[in-house]
Amino acid sequence: MVLKKTFSILATTTLAVGLLAGCSGGQKEQNASNGGGGGNGGGNVIKIATQTPLSGGSATLGESIKLGAQLALEEQKANFEKLGFKLELVPYDDQGDPKKGVANAQLIGADKQILGVVGHLNSGVAIPSSEIYEKYSIPMVSPANTATEVTDRGLKTVNRICARDDFQGPAGAKFAIEKLGAKKIFIIQDKTAYGSGLAEAFKKGAEDLGAQIVGFEGITIGEKDFNGVLNQVLAKKPDLVYFGGLYTEGGLLIKQARDKGINVPIMGGDGLDSSTLVQIAGDAVKNTYMTSAAGLTTATDAGKQFAEKYKQKFGKEIESYSAYGYDSMGVLLKGIEEAIKANGNKLPTRQQAAEGVRKVQDYQGVVTKVSFDEKGDNKYAKIYIYKFDEAKYPAKLEDEVSKQ
Amino acid sequence: MIEQVLQTLPQVLIDGLALGAVYAIVALGYTMVYGILELINFAHGEIFMTGAFVGTAILLTFSGLGWMASMPAILALLLVLIVTSVATGLLGMGIERVAYRPLRNAPKLITLITAIGISFLLQDIVRFITELKNGNYILTGPSLFSKQIGVKASAISSVFNDASVKSSFFIVLILAVIMMVALDFFVNKTKWGMAMRAVAQDRETAALMTVNVNKVIALTFFIGSALGGATGVLFAVQYGTIDPYIGFILGLKAFTAAVLGGIGNIRGAMFGGIMIGLLEMFAAANLPVVSHGILGAEYKDVFAFAILIIVLIFKPEGLFGKVSVEKV
Repeated sequence: MVLKKTFSILATTTLAVGLLAGCSGGQKEQNASNGGGGGNGGGNVIKIATQTPLSGGSATLGESIKLGAQLALEEQKANFEKLGFKLELVPYDDQGDPKKGVANAQLIGADKQILGVVGHLNSGVAIPSSEIYEKYSIPMVSPANTATEVTDRGLKTVNRICARDDFQGPAGAKFAIEKLGAKKIFIIQDKTAYGSGLAEAFKKGAEDLGAQIVGFEGITIGEKDFNGVLNQVLAKKPDLVYFGGLYTEGGLLIKQARDKGINVPIMGGDGLDSSTLVQIAGDAVKNTYMTSAAGLTTATDAGKQFAEKYKQKFGKEIESYSAYGYDSMGVLLKGIEEAIKANGNKLPTRQQAAEGVRKVQDYQGVVTKVSFDEKGDNKYAKIYIYKFDEAKYPAKLEDEVSKQ
Repeated sequence: MIEQVLQTLPQVLIDGLALGAVYAIVALGYTMVYGILELINFAHGEIFMTGAFVGTAILLTFSGLGWMASMPAILALLLVLIVTSVATGLLGMGIERVAYRPLRNAPKLITLITAIGISFLLQDIVRFITELKNGNYILTGPSLFSKQIGVKASAISSVFNDASVKSSFFIVLILAVIMMVALDFFVNKTKWGMAMRAVAQDRETAALMTVNVNKVIALTFFIGSALGGATGVLFAVQYGTIDPYIGFILGLKAFTAAVLGGIGNIRGAMFGGIMIGLLEMFAAANLPVVSHGILGAEYKDVFAFAILIIVLIFKPEGLFGKVSVEKV
């Protein structure tokens, strides 16, 4: 009896001690890699993760961001070696799925050598995943997330180099009124969060600039006949039609409008930015404008050089967000470099890296200049305006509107 | 206000008729199957969608082979219509044989659920095949009959604005009318039509009178599905772009049209379809004008369905239901 009791107490004690030891061991390890014990062994490796969809429907775009980021990282390798650090890229596949994104974020958080993340493609994935990054204080630089909520939560680690959705509407309104001379505008939206949000923002921007809104109507996603709404447009005779929605409905709307003889310019947001739009609308797509947060990379010399380098290295043409992936990585590494220098050339902690990234000012990238404001939005982010002159995708870059 | 409504009226009537004709023929499919089996065949909207895809695929193949240039467009369309309606008719028969016949004596709810299952199945099969062939499930067919014809409505009375019509409108309307008249003739004047009516009235008794009930039901599915598939082709011609989910909303509205006209009644379904189409188009064009901008065009469905509710309150059997004895 006594023996049995003693044994069980002994066992419990061993277990407890073992647990404690395990915990404190973990603690020590964390200290070693987090706090500036940079001198020894694996502490010299800095890993940067990318999180984009590498499989599934938007894999082309996700892959292009990853390759852009990879190119930037490889160019910075020598620079970091001089500082005594070895750079490594760890690509993760978020599959465009919030659940997968969050699971990957947990893995990234657990890998103590990862000091930053470039990602995501989808705002819906970026928002929950960034909660995890914030928990582990890993800085994230987003190449493509335009949803306002990404930075509006005030997270210290979240930054983006592209423009915000709520800037797209006003920028479009400015272009429509100042460049196209629109005075009477008819707005149609698809009643989704994206479409009506965009349309409302456009409406406000247009009214502030003195245009008259002659109609604000909704359509239902999935329907194919928009003649009812278009009859109203016909009756109101506007000189511009704005559509807040996606390319499926947009393409049909454009086609049916032209069929009815509505030949005024039609404008929309980045939801129209797809080759399918041209496929659906055909020749009717002419005289259609759209705003987008993605710039035309090849518009500048730096951009052209980038496109060539990219092609040489990966044997592929660039996609709209390749250069954004490249610039995101550039900004991230710039921030980490500053953090290293501020830390006396020792490995910075994740907090220090995050602070370093947020502090980046006037970084000249390939497609965009980057300065983060207190929320992590890029002060230099621009909205680009494209026009379809012929039934061909991509559209022609017409103008750019910046915040200032 | 009235002035504004009148101005757009000619165009609204034209657009409403085109949409209403499509609703009407799809409604026929619902009503025929209901009349004979008391089954709401929710897969019918998907048969319509499959027809649109089959038709567009054939048209695309034709223009790929360069055949479109060598024959008149109307001939090509008729050819496509025939091939498509046979294909969807067989599909409808197959669905009946596999999914509904084994459950004919099961509770009504079970078959209803099976119908919903079939409709999901069809949606995803079509999406899968289209994505495989096309890389994208939204399909745009070659544009046929896209000539614009001006209607000088202002010549009749100065309160009207001029309207414009796509030439496909006439094709859709004429073919729709031909299909409906032919069906009406078939059901009311032929031997097989009589058999169908007999089965609809009383299945057991009809069987005792040597009517082959299984054959009649299969035939009903064939005709209903063939008409649905042909309408799909007309829809694709009129609107140009199709996706695997067009059957859902359209099926729902066609079903409503069938109920409005009195489900089980063929002429009622035709009338209900045209009426829903006109109401919807009228509401979309005029709601903001009439309500001074309080109600937007997006409330058009609410308006159409409110009318449905009012009709059903006063006439629960639908506009044409039961009063006329004939039922299919």
